[in-house]
Amino acid sequence: MISRLTVSERHLALFVLGALALAGLAMAVGGRGDPLAVHGVIVLAASLGLGFLVLSALFSPEPGESRLAEYYDDPTKAGIVLSLAWAVVGMFFGVWVAALLAWPELTFVDSAWASFGRIRPVHTSGVIFGFGGNALIATSFHVLQRTCRARLPDQFSPWFVLIGYNLFCVIAASGYLMGMTQSKEYAEPEWYADIWLVIVWVVYFLIYIRTLARRKEPHIYVANWYYMAFILVVAVLHIVNNLALPVSFGHAKSYSLFSGVQDAMTQWWYGHNAVAFFLTAGFLGMMYYYLPKRAERPIFSYRLSIISFWGITFMYMWAGAHHLHYTALPQWVQTLGMTFSVVLLVPSWASAGNALATLNGAWHKVRDDATLRFMMVAAVFYGLSTFEGSFMAIRAVNSLSHYTDWTVGHVHAGALGWVAMITFGSLYALVPWMWKQERMYSPKLIEVHFWLALAGTVVYVFAMWNSGIIQGLMWRTYNDSGTLAYSFIDSLVAMHPYYIARAFGGLLFLTGAVVCSYNVWMTIRMARVARVPAKGDVPLYGAAQAGE
Amino acid sequence: MAIEKRDPVTGRVTTGHEWNGIEELETPIPRVVFFFLAVTTLFAVVYWVLMPAWPVGVTYTRGLLGIDQREVVMRQVEDAAVLRAAWTDRVGAAGFEEIMADATLMQHVRDTGRTLFIDNCAACHGTRGTGGPGFPNLAAGAWLWGGDPETLAETIRVGINSTSDETRVSQMLAFGRDGVLGREEVRSVAAYVRSLSDLPLGEADRGRIEAGKEIFAANCVACHGEDAKGSTDAGAPDLTDAAWIYGSDAQTVFTSIYSGRQGHMPHWEGRLSPVDIKLLALYVGTLGEDAR
Ligand code: HEC
Ligand code: HEC
Repeated sequence: MISRLTVSERHLALFVLGALALAGLAMAVGGRGDPLAVHGVIVLAASLGLGFLVLSALFSPEPGESRLAEYYDDPTKAGIVLSLAWAVVGMFFGVWVAALLAWPELTFVDSAWASFGRIRPVHTSGVIFGFGGNALIATSFHVLQRTCRARLPDQFSPWFVLIGYNLFCVIAASGYLMGMTQSKEYAEPEWYADIWLVIVWVVYFLIYIRTLARRKEPHIYVANWYYMAFILVVAVLHIVNNLALPVSFGHAKSYSLFSGVQDAMTQWWYGHNAVAFFLTAGFLGMMYYYLPKRAERPIFSYRLSIISFWGITFMYMWAGAHHLHYTALPQWVQTLGMTFSVVLLVPSWASAGNALATLNGAWHKVRDDATLRFMMVAAVFYGLSTFEGSFMAIRAVNSLSHYTDWTVGHVHAGALGWVAMITFGSLYALVPWMWKQERMYSPKLIEVHFWLALAGTVVYVFAMWNSGIIQGLMWRTYNDSGTLAYSFIDSLVAMHPYYIARAFGGLLFLTGAVVCSYNVWMTIRMARVARVPAKGDVPLYGAAQAGE
Repeated sequence: MAIEKRDPVTGRVTTGHEWNGIEELETPIPRVVFFFLAVTTLFAVVYWVLMPAWPVGVTYTRGLLGIDQREVVMRQVEDAAVLRAAWTDRVGAAGFEEIMADATLMQHVRDTGRTLFIDNCAACHGTRGTGGPGFPNLAAGAWLWGGDPETLAETIRVGINSTSDETRVSQMLAFGRDGVLGREEVRSVAAYVRSLSDLPLGEADRGRIEAGKEIFAANCVACHGEDAKGSTDAGAPDLTDAAWIYGSDAQTVFTSIYSGRQGHMPHWEGRLSPVDIKLLALYVGTLGEDAR
């Protein structure tokens, strides 16, 4: 793949990797005796390894101009593979933590890294950032080029984004296992990892802007609005929530600039908008491309796309406070969080409805084609979980649901039912295009995966609904003496069967992900034998014409 | 990119653009969307008018209902306390005898004591107070310091070998490790101790009983008593009954005597209210009821 970079791109890569290696060295030396040094070594090793790869192809001949007549899809291909690798790892950790809750002795090894508190963030970051993030990056490059009819502006920066992002993910996950965390949910990585992600993210945004500027279409397609909102807002959220002062430049530990209730509010403003702009906007972008493409139907309503886009973008910004109902957060902030969450339901359902109505005239395909069915079910779960979310944001409901497994069930209705399903559907559509095949290696295995995923999600969500509501009720039931009728342990005993069910549901879902990876792998192997180029899948605007 | 292109399935016009094969229809926004937008917005506005909602400089709009979550919760806590005081005041004022004679009060003790016990004590003593290795069974009626409610309340208040200044202090000395007794002597006295509660002994151990009895008389009676029935002054357990803190098998008894033991029971004064401690003392007293 390296020989496909131009010679000057190879030089640039070497320069950047050299700088990164120096940074890694500085971390390793400056952080002696601190876990920071371990990360320094990881960075150093990664940049030396990649540098070696580049060097080995440094003197290969300059790639021909013919490359400019094709879209640049190598990073997308790599992103797909990385995404699935993270899916399997992240979901494995998920099943493990779920099992730990049912059988706490299942740590296997009696050491700190295997404790619940450390492996749980490996699960959440693994699936959200590893699986979801890589899928977003991979699909966004693909969608961006196709809907702009322009090739990516250069070949180096997409690799920088993809590899840099995965380096961030590795640093995050390995840090958790060593006990490093900022103790902010979904923003656990420490300051140096955060700074690195900002750099990567800016380059990502620039790729978007530069490609859009070169587009050969008069209008910017909806999917790109969503991908752009995702990139832009995540940058803002990430920077603000992670403002922190490191103990010293030789230490991994840092202290947040915020404290007390301001900290809580900043964190949940971040946390909820991560749900909104990472897990919703980004994947809506995916949906707006792959669903109509696969169904071969026009989008139901352009106007609906517009109002739901702006509705979602505007309303979500206010909603974070609903994570802090009945806390020290002033009540007026809670009111705003709650009311905007309620109104938010309308644009959310408008998006889900727009997707489902797009399938009008293609329902027979939904029946026959598991790939499209993945996307359809995703839109349904998107509708379900946004309804549930708005409902749970109502203070009175929240007083029952908060701190219970209901929240966990809600998150997974969104994460498994919506995010993962739309991703799998999109990948099944994308993989044959990328590797120039007529179809996936095995349509039957897609069918198997679909039912595994659906069954897993349903089992998971129902288990957590039951468990959460029972928990909530047990925690608020008083007896005649005016004492809480149940102790905390009583509620744990009541949870146990549901925790087993949840671990089982998760296992089904994980199995599905493994089946998917196998199917993708076999498709890639098929591609080694024969290529079936797609007609018309070429840019109108190659890189050379941009004069870059 | 025809300007007036119609979708054959729905008969609707497209917007006229096309991105890599994707088109969009010019479908007007369904009415129902506006309807729900209006309903939810109306709900929001009404809620803003009634409840604390918008910041205004350094203050905020308080809402027509004048509801404040902090006041609400304070009032609820006060009301609950008043309701509970109907019986907790009586528990606080009455003596143990009097409470135990009052069936309604004892019902409150059982209800409330159970939750208090499980939330605070079960981690060590088990949900039913039956303990486990190292943590005594509170339902066996075999007490270290005494099982009457006054004594139990005191034990709970100050703890055992705890960090409280008033803590009860007890220790089983490490006779073997500290060199007071040799290995064989420890084995003998262990055999004797185990014979006291009629535990099955091996051939060799049976021959050690006599020697063990003498060692016991010389070393152990100060705390465990002449008859080995323990002493509530030293917090030393009865060695003749079936209740064991650490275990009754030969190896465990050997270890108890060879390496010594010192259990730690936290003190609860300052963490639980005097009434709660009283309730727990009474509740712990009822734990053995099922067993007995
Ligand atoms: C950290 C563990 C721990 C907790 C929590 C704990 N205990 Fe204990 N408790 C012990 C140990 C250990 C002993 C025995 C000390 C010894 O071996 O001398 C003990 C002894 C007792 C005794 C003395 C029994 C006797 O024979 O005189 C009582 C009564 C008691 N606990 C009640 C409670 C109550 C009530 C609570 C909850 C408020 C509680 N404990 C919480 C560890 C604990
Ligand atoms: C200084 C007082 C003291 C002396 C002397 C003493 N003990 Fe103890 N012994 C205790 C105390 C107190 C405990 C309870 C320790 C605990 O629970 O933490 C105990 C516990 C034990 C136990 C464990 C009981 C169980 O339920 O698991 C055995 C066995 C025992 N002693 C045997 C002996 C023998 C044999 C001797 C003489 C060689 C002896 N003790 C001398 C105070 C003493």
